[in-house]
Amino acid sequence: MAVKSAGSGSKGYKPVSMSAKEYKAFAQTKEPSRSVWTNCLRAFLVGGLICAIGQGIQKFFMAAFDMTSKQAGNPTVAVLILLAVILTSMGVYDKIAQCAGAGSAVPVTGFANSMSSAAIEHRSEGLVLGVGANMFKLAGSVIVYGVVAAFIVGVVYWLFGIGAWHDTTG
Amino acid sequence: MMPYVWAFIVGGGICVFGQICFDVFKLTPAHTMSLLVVLGAFLDAVGLYDPLVDFAGAGATVPITSFGNSLVHGALTELQQDGWIGVITGIFSITSAGISSAIVFSFLAALVVRPKG
Repeated sequence: MAVKSAGSGSKGYKPVSMSAKEYKAFAQTKEPSRSVWTNCLRAFLVGGLICAIGQGIQKFFMAAFDMTSKQAGNPTVAVLILLAVILTSMGVYDKIAQCAGAGSAVPVTGFANSMSSAAIEHRSEGLVLGVGANMFKLAGSVIVYGVVAAFIVGVVYWLFGIGAWHDTTG
Repeated sequence: MMPYVWAFIVGGGICVFGQICFDVFKLTPAHTMSLLVVLGAFLDAVGLYDPLVDFAGAGATVPITSFGNSLVHGALTELQQDGWIGVITGIFSITSAGISSAIVFSFLAALVVRPKG
């Protein structure tokens, strides 16, 4: 008896529930329509600015420590990551990200932001299960696919010894 | 001054590509970043990423595509030096600076900072 009434009860609600497809179409009509052009312009300006700052840091390392541009690459990335983590800690990076979209997500600073914000957010769940386990929640996919892609490239080069070996020094 | 201009234009251009993936193809940020990393790895595999770095400087090394490029670079460099095992041992040899610093700084931030909002 109880089963039957529960069944009829759920039947009463049926018009409200939607299939995943219907919901997607419905949600699309309710999405705020932000112009793709505006978003792209913001992404271009912010992303370009971050890269220009990176260029400045790289120039500084080249001048101060007498490095080549390739040697200066790693410390430049490390400094940008440090800056991104500091800005994330102060809650500034997320404000930039709301406006800039991909402009703040695509540079390496966005990678650092995703790691540090996940670490800070899950701090309350503990140092190991919270910070340790969640740090790579978003950044992990980047590392997994990057490593798999690099592995495939490496195996292809190893098997076929592709002749046009480009310069991998430095 | 020109290196800054090219870094700005190329770096901004890669970000616009990411924004188009967000807005036009409706990809999630995780999908977009994964796509860009694989794209960077592929471009390095066919030898196109190095010329881009020479041309655009930080415009090519700061976006996440450079991460894929560095992973391939590490794998191929050690493949050349040590043979087949280098494909496995070399992958993280160059990207260590980025990943290690991101882990350490994020961990320290999580110790010090209280979450907002």
